[in-house]
Amino acid sequence: MPRKEIELPYRTEYLSILDEKGNVDAELEPSLSDELLLKLHRAMLSGRRFDERMLNLQRQGRIGTFPPIKGQEASQLGAVATLEKEDWMTVAFRETLAEIWRGKPMESFILYYGGFDEGSLVQEGRNDFPISIAVGSQMLHAVGIGMAMKYRKHPQVAMTFFGDGATSEGDFHEALNFAGVFQAPVIFICQNNQWAISIPRAKQTNALTLAQKALAHGMPGIQVDGNDILAVYTAAKEAVDRARSGGGPTLIECYTYRLSLHTTADDPTKYRNEEEVKKWEAKDPISRFQVYLSNKSLLTDEGIAALEEEIATEIQTVVDLAEKQMKNPDPVEMFDHIFAEMPPSLKLQKDEVIRNLSLAKKEANNG
Amino acid sequence: MAKMTMVQALNLAMQQEMEKDDRVIIMGEDVAVDGGVFRVTDKLITQFGEERVIDTPLAESGIIGTAIGMAAYGLHPILEIQFSGFSYYIFHQLEAHASRLRHRSRGRFHVPLVVRAPYGGGVRALEHHSESREIYYAHTPGVKMVIPSGPRNARALLISAIRDPDPVVFFEPKALYRAFREEVPEEEEVMEIGVPQKVREGSDVTIISYGAMMPVTLEAVEELQESDQVDAEVFDLLTISPFDDTAIAESVQKTGRAVIVHEAPRSFGPAAEIIARLIEKSFYYLEAPIERVTGYDIVYPLFARENAYMPDVERVKQAVRKTLAV
Ligand SMILES: Cc1ncc(C[n+]2csc(CCOP(=O)(O)OP(=O)(O)O)c2C)c(N)n1
Ligand SMILES: [Mg+2]
Repeated sequence: MPRKEIELPYRTEYLSILDEKGNVDAELEPSLSDELLLKLHRAMLSGRRFDERMLNLQRQGRIGTFPPIKGQEASQLGAVATLEKEDWMTVAFRETLAEIWRGKPMESFILYYGGFDEGSLVQEGRNDFPISIAVGSQMLHAVGIGMAMKYRKHPQVAMTFFGDGATSEGDFHEALNFAGVFQAPVIFICQNNQWAISIPRAKQTNALTLAQKALAHGMPGIQVDGNDILAVYTAAKEAVDRARSGGGPTLIECYTYRLSLHTTADDPTKYRNEEEVKKWEAKDPISRFQVYLSNKSLLTDEGIAALEEEIATEIQTVVDLAEKQMKNPDPVEMFDHIFAEMPPSLKLQKDEVIRNLSLAKKEANNG
Repeated sequence: MAKMTMVQALNLAMQQEMEKDDRVIIMGEDVAVDGGVFRVTDKLITQFGEERVIDTPLAESGIIGTAIGMAAYGLHPILEIQFSGFSYYIFHQLEAHASRLRHRSRGRFHVPLVVRAPYGGGVRALEHHSESREIYYAHTPGVKMVIPSGPRNARALLISAIRDPDPVVFFEPKALYRAFREEVPEEEEVMEIGVPQKVREGSDVTIISYGAMMPVTLEAVEELQESDQVDAEVFDLLTISPFDDTAIAESVQKTGRAVIVHEAPRSFGPAAEIIARLIEKSFYYLEAPIERVTGYDIVYPLFARENAYMPDVERVKQAVRKTLAV
């Protein structure tokens, strides 16, 4: 027979476990400990409040431009919650909550978006790359990390995050291809928040889903309700387990929504209508999870109120801590961390800056 | 004549060229519905439709690669790369093809495209949003590298760039996008690419700068005139490559002294080339070593430290005084 359908080894699935009203599909429900469920809830709520506070700080001129995560809490957290500490992660720039869960101090974000390079310090013991603002560039790094893990026969995996827009960059396809060819232990988490600044998902690709792009690279791809933390967790757990046991990479498309601005420099009223935002507000990832937890008698309104207070205090502490560190930066530190050893030509430039600064200081004192 | 910001002037240049010439189209991320993240292409979609003002998928290499095909086919695409810090994704296509197709096809094809991108610091931005790396493009044979410094020359140079038969990389100083307004004539005005402009007559020292460093340079010059009675001659380079050095070489032959100001990193920066040309043409007239005021050879710092990175009025004055002290 010269013409027939080709059977592909993988198909693209869609997964949803907790609907927007908080009803759970008992058959698909993962069995997570109460402790983990509550921890996830606290993290999501704290992530939301921190995001709001950052927006506030930006509006007050206390930090610069930053990309809010509002609406994408579940699609980040559900994925990273499946990782072990020793695993590695490379992110784009809208994964604040994923990074916090993985141990990046909250004050780092205030420092970083407040214009201090110190904010992107990777603390000892953390295996996650700093954010990557150049869209699409970080996925290949995760693949390389995965290939190195395989070479060393280490049982770790690498997880990488990126947006729907990033799937248009060549680097995305190269990353999937390498991961497929070398069967690297990598989990690709696409945060499909429906927008890349002003470009809607439909203008990004003519494909029906982003998940199906996995098939062309010989790996499983799954689309999940990104506002359903149980679905994200379930899909990610399967992918992580598969990668860890030598089964290769997976692409997960978290179907979610950017409820807020692209960044604080953006005005979405120019390109998207409020109706759409309203529709998605009703699908909020946090409120449905709260319904689920209270149905399980794990959470009460009073419990939430107490938690809110705790979180507010915690965030205030973080803001104070960051702002204390943000006073009087030493400009000369901009010469740090360029090379392992500073070349003589650069040392001369550094000395020039030191000289200029002390001149300026003298002049200020005289004037 | 209307008073315009650089953003409005650039918009006018594109609008008028598109009206006149249906070969001209615009492609880029967020250029159509959003009108560009800096609003440089604002409302052009309303007048010209989505066939000519094209929101592309997020893929810079895709944007320039397809534009090369369009240009060879007879169109004149204007590409917007959202920030020059993301222009490295276009570099391969620009170097391997846009700059070489004329040569490789022995003149059969040429690539009349313009890559517009905001560049430069001083706007409290995120990483990759403040660099000044024009030299990568200036160092690419077959590519013209243009940087305007004000609304009027931005408008005139962009029109010239659109009409140019060869690829032009057009860096827009984002710090000046809305910094000041200038009279921009309604009727068409073009400016020759490749010719530095003398913006101030003087006899003591020649100062050469471009882009967002022009206002800094001119402020320093005014202050020096007041405080030290220094009479500086100032050039606006406007084209980083290829540029005609005749006028600046003659100026240095007259003044005997030169200072070059740019925010790009120092080593192998534009000043290095300008100094080399001055040495070649005006060495015997020099009264003092040539000074350069530049950014440093480091990763551009986040904004808490960017003032220490950027050349400022003080540093320019210092350099001028140094060369005059010899
Ligand atoms: C290579 C590159 N091109 C352009 C930009 C400017 N830019 C920043 S974010 C963005 C859209 C990204 O969309 P998506 O990948 O969906 O991520 P999201 O912002 O929605 O989280 C663009 C175009 C960039 N940072 N990097
Ligand atoms: Mg997106």
